[in-house]
Amino acid sequence: MGLLTICRKELADHFSSTRFTLLFTLILMVSLVTAYMVGTSMRDELKEVAKPTFVFLMLFTSSGKLFSLISFIAFFGPLIGIVLGFDAISRERSARTLSKLISQPIYRDAVINGKFLAGAITISIMLLAIVLLISGLGLRLIGIVPGPEEILRLALYLVISIFYISFWLGISILFSVSFRSMATSALAAIACWILFSFAVPLVAAPLADAISPVDQQTVASNPQLLVQHEQTRKILSLFSPMTLYSEGTTTILDPLRKTTQSLLLMGPMERLSISRFQSPLPLSQSIYIVFPHLISLIAITVVCFAISYIAFMRQEIRST
Amino acid sequence: MDGKIIIEIRELTKFYEEQVAVDHLSLKITEGEVFGFLGPNGAGKTTTLLMLLGLSEPTSGKAWVCGFDPTRDPLKVKRVVGYLPENVGFYDDMNAAENLKFVSRLNGIPDDQSAVKIDEVLKIVDLQAEPRKKVGAFSRGMRQRLGIAEVLVKEPQVVFLDEPTLGLDPEGSSQMLELIQSLSRDKKITVFFSSHLLDQVQKISHRVGIMIKGSLVAVGRIDDLAKEKLGIGQERYTLEEIYMKYFKEG
Repeated sequence: MGLLTICRKELADHFSSTRFTLLFTLILMVSLVTAYMVGTSMRDELKEVAKPTFVFLMLFTSSGKLFSLISFIAFFGPLIGIVLGFDAISRERSARTLSKLISQPIYRDAVINGKFLAGAITISIMLLAIVLLISGLGLRLIGIVPGPEEILRLALYLVISIFYISFWLGISILFSVSFRSMATSALAAIACWILFSFAVPLVAAPLADAISPVDQQTVASNPQLLVQHEQTRKILSLFSPMTLYSEGTTTILDPLRKTTQSLLLMGPMERLSISRFQSPLPLSQSIYIVFPHLISLIAITVVCFAISYIAFMRQEIRST
Repeated sequence: MDGKIIIEIRELTKFYEEQVAVDHLSLKITEGEVFGFLGPNGAGKTTTLLMLLGLSEPTSGKAWVCGFDPTRDPLKVKRVVGYLPENVGFYDDMNAAENLKFVSRLNGIPDDQSAVKIDEVLKIVDLQAEPRKKVGAFSRGMRQRLGIAEVLVKEPQVVFLDEPTLGLDPEGSSQMLELIQSLSRDKKITVFFSSHLLDQVQKISHRVGIMIKGSLVAVGRIDDLAKEKLGIGQERYTLEEIYMKYFKEG
Protein backbone atom coordinates (compact mmCIF):
# COMPACT_ATOMS: atom_id res chain seq x y z
CA MET A 1 0.00 0.00 0.00
CA GLY A 2 2.66 2.46 1.07
CA LEU A 3 4.97 1.05 -1.57
CA LEU A 4 2.47 1.57 -4.37
CA THR A 5 1.57 5.07 -3.22
CA ILE A 6 5.19 6.14 -3.15
CA CYS A 7 5.95 4.40 -6.42
CA ARG A 8 2.99 6.13 -8.07
CA LYS A 9 4.06 9.54 -6.87
CA GLU A 10 7.66 8.98 -7.91
CA LEU A 11 6.56 7.90 -11.37
CA ALA A 12 4.48 11.03 -11.73
CA ASP A 13 7.46 13.09 -10.56
CA HIS A 14 9.81 11.41 -13.03
CA PHE A 15 7.59 11.85 -16.02
CA SER A 16 6.84 15.47 -15.29
CA SER A 17 10.40 16.48 -14.48
CA THR A 18 12.33 18.60 -16.93
CA ARG A 19 15.58 16.71 -16.63
CA PHE A 20 13.88 13.45 -17.55
CA THR A 21 12.29 15.04 -20.60
CA LEU A 22 15.63 16.51 -21.67
CA LEU A 23 17.53 13.29 -21.24
CA PHE A 24 14.89 11.20 -22.90
CA THR A 25 14.73 13.54 -25.89
CA LEU A 26 18.50 13.44 -26.23
CA ILE A 27 18.73 9.68 -26.09
CA LEU A 28 15.76 9.26 -28.36
CA MET A 29 17.25 11.59 -30.94
CA VAL A 30 20.62 9.89 -30.93
CA SER A 31 19.02 6.46 -31.14
CA LEU A 32 16.83 7.46 -34.03
CA VAL A 33 19.67 9.06 -35.91
CA THR A 34 21.86 6.01 -35.40
CA ALA A 35 19.12 3.64 -36.43
CA TYR A 36 18.41 5.73 -39.49
CA MET A 37 22.07 5.79 -40.53
CA VAL A 38 22.46 2.09 -39.98
CA GLY A 39 19.19 1.38 -41.72
CA THR A 40 20.00 3.34 -44.85
CA SER A 41 23.51 1.97 -45.15
CA MET A 42 22.18 -1.55 -44.69
CA ARG A 43 19.55 -1.00 -47.34
CA ASP A 44 22.23 -0.02 -49.81
CA GLU A 45 24.47 -2.92 -48.90
CA LEU A 46 21.69 -5.45 -49.06
CA LYS A 47 20.68 -4.50 -52.58
CA GLU A 48 21.16 -7.35 -55.03
CA VAL A 49 22.62 -9.60 -52.36
CA ALA A 50 21.06 -12.69 -50.89
CA LYS A 51 19.75 -11.58 -47.54
CA PRO A 52 21.69 -12.98 -44.62
CA THR A 53 19.78 -14.32 -41.65
CA PHE A 54 19.04 -12.08 -38.71
CA VAL A 55 19.25 -8.88 -40.69
CA PHE A 56 16.87 -7.20 -38.33
CA LEU A 57 19.15 -7.48 -35.32
CA MET A 58 21.91 -5.77 -37.27
CA LEU A 59 19.93 -2.57 -36.85
CA PHE A 60 21.01 -2.64 -33.24
CA THR A 61 24.49 -4.07 -33.50
CA SER A 62 26.11 -2.70 -36.62
CA SER A 63 27.88 0.55 -36.09
CA GLY A 64 26.92 2.56 -39.16
CA LYS A 65 29.07 5.66 -39.46
CA LEU A 66 29.57 6.38 -35.77
CA PHE A 67 28.53 3.79 -33.24
CA SER A 68 25.97 1.09 -32.80
CA LEU A 69 22.91 1.52 -30.69
CA ILE A 70 24.07 -0.94 -28.08
CA SER A 71 27.37 0.78 -27.57
CA PHE A 72 25.48 4.03 -27.22
CA ILE A 73 23.26 2.58 -24.49
CA ALA A 74 26.32 1.03 -22.86
CA PHE A 75 27.94 4.45 -22.65
CA PHE A 76 25.01 6.67 -21.83
CA GLY A 77 22.56 4.29 -20.17
CA PRO A 78 24.31 4.82 -16.83
CA LEU A 79 23.54 8.53 -17.08
CA ILE A 80 19.82 7.75 -17.20
CA GLY A 81 20.14 5.68 -14.04
CA ILE A 82 22.14 8.36 -12.29
CA VAL A 83 19.79 11.15 -13.27
CA LEU A 84 16.80 9.19 -12.03
CA GLY A 85 18.30 8.29 -8.69
CA PHE A 86 20.96 10.69 -7.46
CA ASP A 87 18.58 12.78 -5.36
CA ALA A 88 16.06 10.09 -4.45
CA ILE A 89 16.59 10.26 -0.70
CA SER A 90 18.62 13.45 -0.33
CA ARG A 91 15.90 15.53 -1.97
CA GLU A 92 13.38 14.31 0.59
CA ARG A 93 15.87 15.03 3.30
CA SER A 94 16.63 18.56 2.22
CA ALA A 95 12.94 19.32 1.67
CA ARG A 96 12.34 17.92 5.18
CA THR A 97 9.68 15.60 3.88
CA LEU A 98 11.58 12.45 4.84
CA SER A 99 10.76 12.63 8.53
CA LYS A 100 7.15 13.23 7.68
CA LEU A 101 7.12 10.34 5.25
CA ILE A 102 8.45 7.85 7.76
CA SER A 103 6.14 9.05 10.50
CA GLN A 104 3.23 7.78 8.42
CA PRO A 105 2.05 4.22 9.01
CA ILE A 106 4.17 2.63 6.29
CA TYR A 107 7.21 0.42 6.56
CA ARG A 108 10.35 2.36 6.18
CA ASP A 109 11.57 0.19 3.32
CA ALA A 110 8.49 1.17 1.33
CA VAL A 111 10.18 4.53 0.76
CA ILE A 112 13.35 3.18 -0.79
CA ASN A 113 11.68 0.24 -2.53
CA GLY A 114 9.06 2.53 -4.00
CA LYS A 115 11.70 4.84 -5.33
CA PHE A 116 13.77 2.06 -6.83
CA LEU A 117 10.72 0.44 -8.36
CA ALA A 118 9.55 3.72 -9.88
CA GLY A 119 13.02 4.28 -11.32
CA ALA A 120 13.12 0.76 -12.77
CA ILE A 121 9.68 1.18 -14.32
CA THR A 122 10.71 4.49 -15.85
CA ILE A 123 13.83 2.89 -17.30
CA SER A 124 11.82 0.01 -18.71
CA ILE A 125 9.30 2.29 -20.36
CA MET A 126 12.06 4.40 -21.82
CA LEU A 127 14.03 1.48 -23.25
CA LEU A 128 10.94 -0.24 -24.56
CA ALA A 129 9.94 2.96 -26.33
CA ILE A 130 13.37 3.30 -27.91
CA VAL A 131 13.54 -0.31 -29.06
CA LEU A 132 10.03 -0.21 -30.49
CA LEU A 133 10.69 3.05 -32.30
CA ILE A 134 13.87 1.75 -33.84
CA SER A 135 12.16 -1.48 -34.83
CA GLY A 136 9.44 0.51 -36.51
CA LEU A 137 11.93 2.67 -38.31
CA GLY A 138 13.91 -0.41 -39.31
CA LEU A 139 10.84 -2.10 -40.70
CA ARG A 140 10.22 0.85 -42.94
CA LEU A 141 13.83 1.26 -44.01
CA ILE A 142 14.92 -2.29 -44.74
CA GLY A 143 11.52 -3.88 -45.15
CA ILE A 144 12.33 -7.07 -43.30
CA VAL A 145 10.07 -8.49 -40.65
CA PRO A 146 11.87 -9.85 -37.57
CA GLY A 147 11.45 -13.57 -36.98
CA PRO A 148 10.36 -15.02 -33.65
CA GLU A 149 13.91 -15.70 -32.55
CA GLU A 150 14.92 -12.16 -33.32
CA ILE A 151 12.07 -10.87 -31.22
CA LEU A 152 13.13 -13.15 -28.37
CA ARG A 153 16.68 -11.92 -28.62
CA LEU A 154 15.49 -8.33 -28.59
CA ALA A 155 13.35 -9.01 -25.53
CA LEU A 156 16.31 -10.53 -23.75
CA TYR A 157 18.42 -7.57 -24.75
CA LEU A 158 15.78 -5.30 -23.27
CA VAL A 159 15.80 -7.18 -19.95
CA ILE A 160 19.60 -7.05 -19.70
CA SER A 161 19.60 -3.35 -20.50
CA ILE A 162 17.00 -2.70 -17.81
CA PHE A 163 19.19 -4.48 -15.27
CA TYR A 164 22.25 -2.61 -16.45
CA ILE A 165 20.66 0.80 -16.08
CA SER A 166 19.01 -0.26 -12.82
CA PHE A 167 22.46 -1.05 -11.50
CA TRP A 168 23.37 2.58 -12.00
CA LEU A 169 20.09 3.62 -10.48
CA GLY A 170 21.03 1.53 -7.45
CA ILE A 171 24.47 3.15 -7.25
CA SER A 172 23.03 6.64 -7.37
CA ILE A 173 20.34 5.80 -4.78
CA LEU A 174 23.11 4.46 -2.58
CA PHE A 175 24.93 7.77 -2.82
CA SER A 176 21.74 9.71 -2.21
CA VAL A 177 21.30 7.74 1.02
CA SER A 178 24.87 8.23 2.17
CA PHE A 179 25.44 11.85 1.25
CA ARG A 180 23.36 14.69 2.55
CA SER A 181 23.97 17.02 -0.34
CA MET A 182 22.47 16.29 -3.73
CA ALA A 183 25.48 17.75 -5.53
CA THR A 184 27.89 15.45 -3.71
CA SER A 185 25.82 12.41 -4.51
CA ALA A 186 25.52 13.35 -8.18
CA LEU A 187 29.27 13.94 -8.42
CA ALA A 188 30.08 10.70 -6.66
CA ALA A 189 27.79 8.76 -8.99
CA ILE A 190 29.33 10.39 -12.07
CA ALA A 191 32.83 9.73 -10.75
CA CYS A 192 31.90 6.06 -10.36
CA TRP A 193 30.51 6.00 -13.87
CA ILE A 194 33.70 7.46 -15.33
CA LEU A 195 35.88 5.16 -13.27
CA PHE A 196 34.08 1.95 -14.15
CA SER A 197 33.15 2.74 -17.72
CA PHE A 198 36.26 4.47 -18.99
CA ALA A 199 39.14 4.03 -16.58
CA VAL A 200 38.83 0.30 -15.82
CA PRO A 201 38.94 -0.89 -19.46
CA LEU A 202 41.88 1.45 -20.12
CA VAL A 203 43.81 0.40 -17.07
CA ALA A 204 43.13 -3.31 -17.58
CA ALA A 205 45.81 -3.74 -20.27
CA PRO A 206 48.75 -2.12 -18.40
CA LEU A 207 47.70 -3.89 -15.20
CA ALA A 208 47.66 -7.21 -17.00
CA ASP A 209 51.14 -6.41 -18.31
CA ALA A 210 52.28 -5.90 -14.77
CA ILE A 211 50.61 -9.00 -13.35
CA SER A 212 51.53 -11.48 -16.05
CA PRO A 213 54.20 -9.93 -18.26
CA VAL A 214 54.85 -11.15 -21.78
CA ASP A 215 57.85 -10.50 -23.95
CA GLN A 216 58.62 -11.64 -27.45
CA GLN A 217 61.31 -14.21 -26.58
CA THR A 218 59.45 -16.11 -23.93
CA VAL A 219 56.20 -16.12 -25.87
CA ALA A 220 57.84 -17.90 -28.76
CA SER A 221 58.78 -20.79 -26.51
CA ASN A 222 55.72 -20.69 -24.30
CA PRO A 223 52.49 -19.44 -25.95
CA GLN A 224 50.65 -20.28 -22.75
CA LEU A 225 51.97 -17.01 -21.34
CA LEU A 226 50.10 -15.05 -23.95
CA VAL A 227 46.87 -16.80 -23.03
CA GLN A 228 47.50 -16.10 -19.39
CA HIS A 229 48.11 -12.45 -20.09
CA GLU A 230 44.95 -12.20 -22.12
CA GLN A 231 42.93 -13.89 -19.39
CA THR A 232 44.22 -11.51 -16.75
CA ARG A 233 43.35 -8.55 -18.91
CA LYS A 234 39.91 -9.94 -19.47
CA ILE A 235 39.18 -10.58 -15.83
CA LEU A 236 40.32 -7.07 -14.96
CA SER A 237 38.22 -5.47 -17.65
CA LEU A 238 35.16 -7.37 -16.46
CA PHE A 239 35.24 -5.21 -13.34
CA SER A 240 33.57 -2.64 -15.52
CA PRO A 241 29.80 -3.15 -15.73
CA MET A 242 29.99 -1.58 -19.15
CA THR A 243 32.23 -4.36 -20.44
CA LEU A 244 29.94 -6.94 -18.87
CA TYR A 245 26.99 -5.34 -20.52
CA SER A 246 28.39 -4.78 -23.97
CA GLU A 247 29.92 -8.24 -24.21
CA GLY A 248 26.71 -9.77 -22.96
CA THR A 249 24.40 -7.90 -25.27
CA THR A 250 26.47 -8.14 -28.44
CA THR A 251 26.56 -11.88 -28.06
CA ILE A 252 22.83 -12.01 -27.44
CA LEU A 253 22.02 -9.80 -30.40
CA ASP A 254 24.56 -11.27 -32.78
CA PRO A 255 23.98 -14.99 -33.29
CA LEU A 256 27.21 -15.27 -35.27
CA ARG A 257 29.35 -14.45 -32.28
CA LYS A 258 30.44 -17.66 -30.69
CA THR A 259 32.69 -16.39 -27.95
CA THR A 260 33.31 -13.25 -25.97
CA GLN A 261 37.08 -13.70 -26.32
CA SER A 262 38.80 -11.18 -28.51
CA LEU A 263 41.98 -13.25 -28.76
CA LEU A 264 41.64 -16.50 -30.64
CA LEU A 265 44.57 -18.80 -30.99
CA MET A 266 44.00 -21.26 -33.78
CA GLY A 267 45.75 -22.83 -36.64
CA PRO A 268 45.06 -22.13 -40.31
CA MET A 269 43.00 -25.31 -40.79
CA GLU A 270 40.84 -24.49 -37.83
CA ARG A 271 40.28 -21.02 -39.17
CA LEU A 272 39.30 -22.42 -42.53
CA SER A 273 36.78 -24.82 -41.10
CA ILE A 274 35.29 -22.12 -38.92
CA SER A 275 34.79 -19.76 -41.82
CA ARG A 276 33.33 -22.51 -43.92
CA PHE A 277 30.72 -23.45 -41.39
CA GLN A 278 29.79 -19.94 -40.39
CA SER A 279 26.27 -20.47 -39.17
CA PRO A 280 24.30 -18.69 -36.48
CA LEU A 281 24.04 -20.09 -32.99
CA PRO A 282 20.65 -20.93 -31.54
CA LEU A 283 19.50 -18.54 -28.84
CA SER A 284 20.07 -21.03 -26.04
CA GLN A 285 23.73 -21.35 -27.03
CA SER A 286 24.17 -17.57 -27.18
CA ILE A 287 22.75 -17.32 -23.71
CA TYR A 288 25.02 -20.10 -22.57
CA ILE A 289 28.10 -18.16 -23.71
CA VAL A 290 27.24 -15.01 -21.83
CA PHE A 291 25.46 -16.60 -18.89
CA PRO A 292 28.20 -15.60 -16.42
CA HIS A 293 28.02 -12.04 -17.71
CA LEU A 294 24.30 -11.86 -17.25
CA ILE A 295 24.39 -13.38 -13.78
CA SER A 296 27.13 -11.01 -12.64
CA LEU A 297 25.23 -8.05 -14.01
CA ILE A 298 22.09 -9.05 -12.11
CA ALA A 299 24.15 -9.83 -9.02
CA ILE A 300 25.86 -6.45 -8.84
CA THR A 301 22.51 -4.74 -9.34
CA VAL A 302 20.99 -6.68 -6.45
CA VAL A 303 24.02 -6.21 -4.19
CA CYS A 304 24.11 -2.52 -4.88
CA PHE A 305 20.45 -2.08 -4.06
CA ALA A 306 20.81 -4.25 -0.97
CA ILE A 307 23.59 -2.04 0.37
CA SER A 308 21.53 1.11 -0.07
CA TYR A 309 18.54 -0.65 1.48
CA ILE A 310 20.51 -1.57 4.58
CA ALA A 311 22.13 1.85 4.80
CA PHE A 312 18.74 3.51 4.61
CA MET A 313 17.10 1.20 7.15
CA ARG A 314 19.81 1.80 9.72
CA GLN A 315 19.98 5.53 9.30
CA GLU A 316 18.72 7.69 12.12
CA ILE A 317 16.29 10.18 10.68
CA ARG A 318 15.73 13.42 12.51
CA SER A 319 13.78 16.41 11.43
CA THR A 320 16.59 18.80 12.20
CA MET B 1 -6.54 15.00 36.06
CA ASP B 2 -8.84 12.07 35.76
CA GLY B 3 -9.46 9.98 32.71
CA LYS B 4 -7.69 7.28 30.79
CA ILE B 5 -3.92 7.26 30.54
CA ILE B 6 -3.11 7.49 26.84
CA ILE B 7 0.66 7.88 26.91
CA GLU B 8 2.79 6.21 29.50
CA ILE B 9 6.54 6.61 29.59
CA ARG B 10 8.59 4.57 32.03
CA GLU B 11 12.29 5.18 32.65
CA LEU B 12 12.88 6.01 29.00
CA THR B 13 16.57 6.59 28.29
CA LYS B 14 18.46 7.39 25.13
CA PHE B 15 22.20 7.67 24.70
CA TYR B 16 23.92 9.07 21.64
CA GLU B 17 27.29 7.43 21.97
CA GLU B 18 28.41 8.60 25.42
CA GLN B 19 26.08 11.57 25.60
CA VAL B 20 22.79 11.14 27.38
CA ALA B 21 19.93 12.71 25.43
CA VAL B 22 17.03 11.53 27.54
CA ASP B 23 17.66 10.38 31.10
CA HIS B 24 15.19 8.01 32.79
CA LEU B 25 12.10 9.89 31.76
CA SER B 26 8.83 8.80 33.34
CA LEU B 27 5.56 10.50 32.49
CA LYS B 28 1.85 9.82 32.18
CA ILE B 29 -0.50 11.76 29.96
CA THR B 30 -4.26 11.43 30.12
CA GLU B 31 -6.67 11.43 27.25
CA GLY B 32 -7.74 14.79 25.87
CA GLU B 33 -5.18 16.89 27.67
CA VAL B 34 -2.86 19.50 26.21
CA PHE B 35 0.58 18.81 27.55
CA GLY B 36 3.32 21.36 27.08
CA PHE B 37 6.81 20.00 26.99
CA LEU B 38 9.31 22.71 27.87
CA GLY B 39 13.01 22.96 27.81
CA PRO B 40 15.95 24.72 26.21
CA ASN B 41 17.28 23.65 22.83
CA GLY B 42 18.96 20.29 23.00
CA ALA B 43 17.16 19.21 26.17
CA GLY B 44 15.94 16.01 24.51
CA LYS B 45 12.39 17.01 23.66
CA THR B 46 12.55 16.01 20.01
CA THR B 47 14.39 12.80 20.88
CA THR B 48 11.57 11.89 23.25
CA LEU B 49 8.98 12.52 20.56
CA LEU B 50 10.93 10.42 18.07
CA MET B 51 11.13 7.55 20.53
CA LEU B 52 7.40 7.77 21.22
CA LEU B 53 6.81 7.43 17.47
CA GLY B 54 9.15 4.51 17.07
CA LEU B 55 11.43 6.51 14.79
CA SER B 56 14.29 6.23 17.22
CA GLU B 57 15.09 3.31 19.44
CA PRO B 58 15.43 3.92 23.19
CA THR B 59 18.59 2.68 24.86
CA SER B 60 16.47 1.45 27.74
CA GLY B 61 13.03 1.98 29.20
CA LYS B 62 9.55 1.55 27.82
CA ALA B 63 6.73 3.61 26.48
CA TRP B 64 3.13 2.97 25.53
CA VAL B 65 1.15 5.17 23.20
CA CYS B 66 -2.57 4.31 22.97
CA GLY B 67 -1.65 0.92 24.36
CA PHE B 68 1.01 0.15 21.74
CA ASP B 69 4.72 -0.13 22.25
CA PRO B 70 6.37 2.17 19.67
CA THR B 71 9.53 0.09 19.54
CA ARG B 72 7.67 -3.12 18.74
CA ASP B 73 4.61 -1.85 16.87
CA PRO B 74 5.69 1.39 15.24
CA LEU B 75 3.10 1.04 12.50
CA LYS B 76 0.20 0.77 14.94
CA VAL B 77 1.44 3.81 16.81
CA LYS B 78 1.90 5.80 13.63
CA ARG B 79 -1.63 4.95 12.58
CA VAL B 80 -3.16 6.69 15.61
CA VAL B 81 -0.58 9.41 16.17
CA GLY B 82 -0.15 12.50 14.05
CA TYR B 83 3.32 14.02 14.12
CA LEU B 84 4.22 17.52 13.06
CA PRO B 85 8.02 17.79 12.95
CA GLU B 86 9.82 21.02 13.58
CA ASN B 87 10.18 22.83 10.23
CA VAL B 88 7.90 20.44 8.42
CA GLY B 89 8.49 20.03 4.69
CA PHE B 90 6.04 19.58 1.84
CA TYR B 91 6.24 18.73 -1.82
CA ASP B 92 6.51 22.28 -3.07
CA ASP B 93 5.38 21.55 -6.60
CA MET B 94 2.01 20.26 -5.45
CA ASN B 95 -0.87 22.24 -3.99
CA ALA B 96 -2.23 21.84 -0.49
CA ALA B 97 -4.93 19.33 -1.41
CA GLU B 98 -2.49 17.18 -3.39
CA ASN B 99 -0.09 17.06 -0.46
CA LEU B 100 -2.94 16.01 1.81
CA LYS B 101 -4.10 13.42 -0.68
CA PHE B 102 -0.66 11.86 -0.76
CA VAL B 103 -0.58 11.63 3.04
CA SER B 104 -4.09 10.15 3.07
CA ARG B 105 -3.00 7.49 0.61
CA LEU B 106 -0.01 6.66 2.77
CA ASN B 107 -2.48 6.17 5.59
CA GLY B 108 -4.53 3.84 3.46
CA ILE B 109 -7.54 6.11 3.18
CA PRO B 110 -9.31 5.57 -0.16
CA ASP B 111 -9.47 8.61 -2.44
CA ASP B 112 -13.25 8.99 -2.35
CA GLN B 113 -13.24 9.17 1.44
CA SER B 114 -10.21 11.40 1.69
CA ALA B 115 -11.63 14.02 -0.69
CA VAL B 116 -14.36 14.94 1.81
CA LYS B 117 -11.94 14.83 4.72
CA ILE B 118 -9.41 17.03 2.93
CA ASP B 119 -12.01 19.73 2.26
CA GLU B 120 -12.99 19.58 5.90
CA VAL B 121 -9.49 19.93 7.35
CA LEU B 122 -8.54 22.66 4.89
CA LYS B 123 -11.51 24.59 6.22
CA ILE B 124 -10.43 23.99 9.81
CA VAL B 125 -6.95 25.37 9.19
CA ASP B 126 -8.31 28.16 7.00
CA LEU B 127 -6.50 27.22 3.80
CA GLN B 128 -9.53 26.53 1.61
CA ALA B 129 -9.29 29.88 -0.17
CA GLU B 130 -6.52 29.02 -2.60
CA PRO B 131 -6.87 25.42 -3.67
CA ARG B 132 -4.64 25.78 -6.76
CA LYS B 133 -1.72 27.54 -5.13
CA LYS B 134 1.47 25.51 -4.97
CA VAL B 135 2.80 24.91 -1.49
CA GLY B 136 6.15 26.36 -2.56
CA ALA B 137 4.51 29.78 -2.57
CA PHE B 138 3.04 29.42 0.92
CA SER B 139 4.08 31.66 3.79
CA ARG B 140 5.52 30.11 6.91
CA GLY B 141 2.26 30.45 8.80
CA MET B 142 0.36 28.77 5.98
CA ARG B 143 2.86 25.93 5.84
CA GLN B 144 2.57 25.37 9.55
CA ARG B 145 -1.22 25.27 9.30
CA LEU B 146 -0.96 22.88 6.39
CA GLY B 147 1.17 20.74 8.69
CA ILE B 148 -1.69 20.65 11.19
CA ALA B 149 -4.08 19.75 8.38
CA GLU B 150 -1.79 16.90 7.39
CA VAL B 151 -1.85 15.63 10.96
CA LEU B 152 -5.63 15.89 11.14
CA VAL B 153 -6.40 14.18 7.89
CA LYS B 154 -5.60 10.79 9.39
CA GLU B 155 -8.00 11.40 12.31
CA PRO B 156 -5.45 10.77 15.06
CA GLN B 157 -6.11 10.13 18.74
CA VAL B 158 -2.90 11.84 19.76
CA VAL B 159 -0.87 14.54 18.07
CA PHE B 160 2.78 15.33 18.67
CA LEU B 161 3.71 18.86 17.71
CA ASP B 162 7.36 19.80 17.73
CA GLU B 163 7.79 23.56 18.17
CA PRO B 164 4.56 24.34 16.30
CA THR B 165 4.83 28.12 16.67
CA LEU B 166 8.51 28.55 15.99
CA GLY B 167 9.22 31.37 13.60
CA LEU B 168 5.63 32.54 13.23
CA ASP B 169 4.59 36.16 13.47
CA PRO B 170 2.32 37.13 16.41
CA GLU B 171 -0.84 36.76 14.38
CA GLY B 172 0.25 33.46 12.91
CA SER B 173 1.20 32.05 16.26
CA SER B 174 -2.01 33.08 17.98
CA GLN B 175 -3.92 31.49 15.11
CA MET B 176 -1.84 28.38 15.63
CA LEU B 177 -2.45 28.31 19.37
CA GLU B 178 -6.16 28.72 18.77
CA LEU B 179 -6.02 25.77 16.44
CA ILE B 180 -4.14 23.60 18.91
CA GLN B 181 -6.63 24.41 21.64
CA SER B 182 -9.53 23.56 19.39
CA LEU B 183 -8.07 20.11 18.73
CA SER B 184 -8.35 19.24 22.37
CA ARG B 185 -11.64 21.06 22.93
CA ASP B 186 -13.62 20.10 19.83
CA LYS B 187 -12.07 16.85 18.71
CA LYS B 188 -10.95 15.43 22.05
CA ILE B 189 -7.47 14.85 20.66
CA THR B 190 -4.62 14.56 23.12
CA VAL B 191 -1.97 17.14 22.30
CA PHE B 192 1.63 16.66 23.30
CA PHE B 193 3.67 19.60 22.16
CA SER B 194 7.17 20.84 22.74
CA SER B 195 8.12 24.46 22.82
CA HIS B 196 10.42 26.92 24.43
CA LEU B 197 8.08 29.87 24.06
CA LEU B 198 6.83 29.97 27.61
CA ASP B 199 4.00 32.47 27.42
CA GLN B 200 2.40 30.43 24.66
CA VAL B 201 2.72 27.22 26.59
CA GLN B 202 1.13 28.91 29.56
CA LYS B 203 -1.78 30.05 27.45
CA ILE B 204 -2.89 26.68 26.19
CA SER B 205 -1.50 23.84 28.31
CA HIS B 206 -3.37 21.95 30.96
CA ARG B 207 -0.14 20.61 32.33
CA VAL B 208 3.51 21.20 31.59
CA GLY B 209 6.71 19.25 31.95
CA ILE B 210 10.07 20.95 32.18
CA MET B 211 12.99 19.11 30.71
CA ILE B 212 16.57 20.14 31.26
CA LYS B 213 19.59 18.22 29.98
CA GLY B 214 17.61 15.09 29.34
CA SER B 215 15.81 14.82 32.64
CA LEU B 216 12.34 15.92 33.56
CA VAL B 217 12.79 18.29 36.49
CA ALA B 218 9.19 19.21 37.03
CA VAL B 219 5.77 18.16 35.88
CA GLY B 220 2.31 19.33 36.82
CA ARG B 221 -0.24 22.08 36.50
CA ILE B 222 1.27 25.51 36.14
CA ASP B 223 -0.30 26.94 39.32
CA ASP B 224 0.84 23.92 41.32
CA LEU B 225 4.37 24.40 40.12
CA ALA B 226 4.15 28.07 40.96
CA LYS B 227 3.00 27.31 44.46
CA GLU B 228 5.73 24.80 44.95
CA LYS B 229 8.55 26.76 43.46
CA LEU B 230 7.74 30.38 44.07
CA GLY B 231 5.53 29.96 47.09
CA ILE B 232 2.85 32.13 45.60
CA GLY B 233 -0.72 31.08 45.20
CA GLN B 234 -3.10 33.78 44.20
CA GLU B 235 -0.60 36.34 43.05
CA ARG B 236 0.42 36.94 39.52
CA TYR B 237 3.17 34.76 38.23
CA THR B 238 4.41 33.74 34.85
CA LEU B 239 5.62 30.42 33.66
CA GLU B 240 8.84 32.12 32.80
CA GLU B 241 9.63 32.79 36.43
CA ILE B 242 9.02 29.19 37.36
CA TYR B 243 11.01 27.97 34.44
CA MET B 244 13.99 30.20 35.19
CA LYS B 245 13.96 29.01 38.76
CA TYR B 246 14.18 25.40 37.63
CA PHE B 247 16.66 26.26 34.97
CA LYS B 248 19.06 27.90 37.41
CA GLU B 249 18.84 24.95 39.74
CA GLY B 250 19.20 22.44 36.91
